[in-house]
Amino acid sequence: MGRTLLIGRLTARDLRRRPTQAALLLLAITAATAVLTLGLVLHGVTNHPYQQTRGATRGPDVVAQFSGPVTPGPFGPGSPPPGQVKYSPQAIAANARRVRIVASELIHAAGVTGHSGLYPVASAVAQAGRRLAAVVAEGRDQTAAAVDQPKLASGHWVSAGGIVLERTYADALRVRLGDRITLNGRPFRVVGTAVTAASVPMPNMCYSSCDYGLPFGPRGISPRHLGLAWITRAGAQALATPSDPLGYVLNLKLSDPARAQAFVNRYGHQFAQNPATSAAPSLTTWQDIRNVDGLLIRDETAVLSPGAWVASLLAIGTLAVLAGGRMSERIRRVGLLKAVGATPGLVTLALMAENLILALAAASAGLAIGRLAAPLITSPGAGLVGAPGAPSLTLPIAGLVVGVALAVAMAATLWPAIRAARTSTVSALAAPVRRPRRRAGLIRLSRHVPVPLLFGLRLVARRPRRALLSAACIAITMTGVVAVLAFHATADEKLYGGGTGITDPVMARDTQMLLVLTVVLLALSGINAVFTAWATVLDARQAAAVARALGASPEQVTAGVVAAQVLSAIPGVLAGIPLGIALFSVANSGSITTVPPAWWLVLTAFGTLLAVAALTAIPASIGARQPVAGILQSETA
Amino acid sequence: MNEDGGAPVLRAQGLRKQFGSSDTLVRAVDDVSLAVAEGETLAVMGPSGCGKSTLLHLLGGLDRPSGGELYLAGQRIDQLSERGLARLRRRAVGFVFQAFHLMDELTAVENVELPALLAGAAPRAARRRAAGLLEQVGLADRAGFLPSALSGGQRQRVAVARALANDPLVILADEPAGNLDSEATLDVLRLFDTLHTAGQTLVVVTHDSRIAATADRLITMRDGAFVDETRLTGGSGGSLGALAGLEG
Repeated sequence: MGRTLLIGRLTARDLRRRPTQAALLLLAITAATAVLTLGLVLHGVTNHPYQQTRGATRGPDVVAQFSGPVTPGPFGPGSPPPGQVKYSPQAIAANARRVRIVASELIHAAGVTGHSGLYPVASAVAQAGRRLAAVVAEGRDQTAAAVDQPKLASGHWVSAGGIVLERTYADALRVRLGDRITLNGRPFRVVGTAVTAASVPMPNMCYSSCDYGLPFGPRGISPRHLGLAWITRAGAQALATPSDPLGYVLNLKLSDPARAQAFVNRYGHQFAQNPATSAAPSLTTWQDIRNVDGLLIRDETAVLSPGAWVASLLAIGTLAVLAGGRMSERIRRVGLLKAVGATPGLVTLALMAENLILALAAASAGLAIGRLAAPLITSPGAGLVGAPGAPSLTLPIAGLVVGVALAVAMAATLWPAIRAARTSTVSALAAPVRRPRRRAGLIRLSRHVPVPLLFGLRLVARRPRRALLSAACIAITMTGVVAVLAFHATADEKLYGGGTGITDPVMARDTQMLLVLTVVLLALSGINAVFTAWATVLDARQAAAVARALGASPEQVTAGVVAAQVLSAIPGVLAGIPLGIALFSVANSGSITTVPPAWWLVLTAFGTLLAVAALTAIPASIGARQPVAGILQSETA
Repeated sequence: MNEDGGAPVLRAQGLRKQFGSSDTLVRAVDDVSLAVAEGETLAVMGPSGCGKSTLLHLLGGLDRPSGGELYLAGQRIDQLSERGLARLRRRAVGFVFQAFHLMDELTAVENVELPALLAGAAPRAARRRAAGLLEQVGLADRAGFLPSALSGGQRQRVAVARALANDPLVILADEPAGNLDSEATLDVLRLFDTLHTAGQTLVVVTHDSRIAATADRLITMRDGAFVDETRLTGGSGGSLGALAGLEG
């Protein structure tokens, strides 16, 4: 009890003596744990809204899509570009007959308990104002369907000349009820918006299957700019042309929805074995649709998870710099504690208590912030109804976050604390300044460079481990920033169709996530740079004072500390470039990664070094303006 | 003008340094005036806390006075900017501290050449000069040693060599033998005697009467003010050790 009280008192006093340091540390660990919490609670968060949507729309268990006369899909090898082959009326009619036969087989297959369709499907280019996108327009009856009756979010169901747009698609086209849009030039009035569980909303509609002759490529429309709309059957038929004949869709309800994949395997295999059946449908299970719906959140998780680890590493670096710097200040306390009988274990605990308490407080704050912020980024999007509900902050997640926070504190402070506790009592009471290291090569080299660089190189040579730590922290930050750049480069290159004016909802959310993450990383890195500079200033206090007594100006000393930090940062910046690209490639699940343009990287590298210099200059110039006489006299005392 | 009639290298007029205010006001240096002639060795004595070191810091531009005027080689220096003071220390002042203040990670020769490098000397010239100075203080064979491998007296001799690196107008020594044993103190005294003989201007702050006895002039301080001034002959008497009472 007495020991606990003693440790408590010492910790409380330390916290009171250095509230700013404590606050910054709290901020660093809180930021890391909040991002980690967000990443962890996002898993599986879309399941609930999809199920709600499925219930509200009588969602199908299997969706069968039939293309027009061209059997291969739009991305299949050897398929002619859409709209370039004209089919005879006979070929189109023959295909329609074959589709009806296959559909009948499916409707009467074992395990099928209900269906809706066949519905005719026309592929077209939709235009709303100057915005262009591809659309799959499903020809529907005006009466409600037994399976897959889209739930209206606004307006009313299809009518002649009226179109109902899937809600995400309407948002991307930025149209509202009453607006006019054209499909292949034919005008429609938007009479409603709706959601469905039978199709994945934009921008992932083509993710699992997309077997219509769709107008991608021309006019910059990408497969991510494909949306769903409902019009009347007559309207769909009117959109069909000899070069863009109709496809069809059939929705099936099974007696055992859980076995939908088995159904698809059985019939998919059966149709594939019969080459005479040119109307083989593409079968998609509700589970597939649900999983692709989850991509929205999965992308965010893919961003947040590595981001959380990067932020945690930075927090470790910040704490390590601070702990290392403060241990040398506390060495006299070690001597006093040991002189009055404290064991090395108790001394270690006393030295670590403050950081552990701060880590616990930060973990609690991080969990709360992550929990509160999660709903902001887990909204299911416009493509589903319902809310995801509160993200599940389970005991294992809370345990993991607290564990990571404590591990961060332990990793950064345990070794300096043990080293301090092992110091002999007499030496500790004498409170010696930790002897600097000597790197003869760097000192020799420094003789040949201007004074600020001379100081900088010698400061690096004095504390090479701190320089390494600093380089590692910059490398981590740069890794994060370059990963963000790689994301944008890849997104710009692959995902955005130039000039179509369509907002990609997933990209927009990913960009928001990355912006938040970048701000967190830069803030952590900024704190780290200031701490490192301050630790360097404190450590080099006497050396700088002597140098000033010998004629170095405060500006030269400041420039020296800045040079030391920038010199340490250079390898970190260089290492961060390939690491960032590699991190993005890993987070991007091995998909094609576009390396950001060289000028982006060069600009970022110089910007980072400039930021390091600017952040370092503040504590460095404060340190360099301390009165020399006072420092030299205190070192003498 | 000093008593000898020549222009003083260092001159202070009504120099004051105060810390704190009202009830806690401390007059560390209180209305001090002095002039140090070229080649003169001035000793400043007094009990601990009387303001000797503060005066030395003011004279060398390490600290700023609260009032009064200070001239070095005829140039007023108490109003110089930090940068100006730095330049002044670089070219005109050499410091020797009680705690040596050598850089632990630098060898003896690297410590000695540091002021020259700060002053922009070519590395080779700075090294040549440093080696020469180490030879002059009898440490040529210790040039590559780190301070931790040197004795107290040797460290102080390295510090003196460093103070001489830029050929300063004046050397300011603050308790140069404060941390040394008798033998090392004698080494330092001999060194100062050599410098004195060579015409180097020296201001030595000490509370050791044996060191003070080697000066041309002795000023005694108490509570921040000069209370006594004595002209001595010890510094030019030749038998330094005997005068200082350190040789048997």
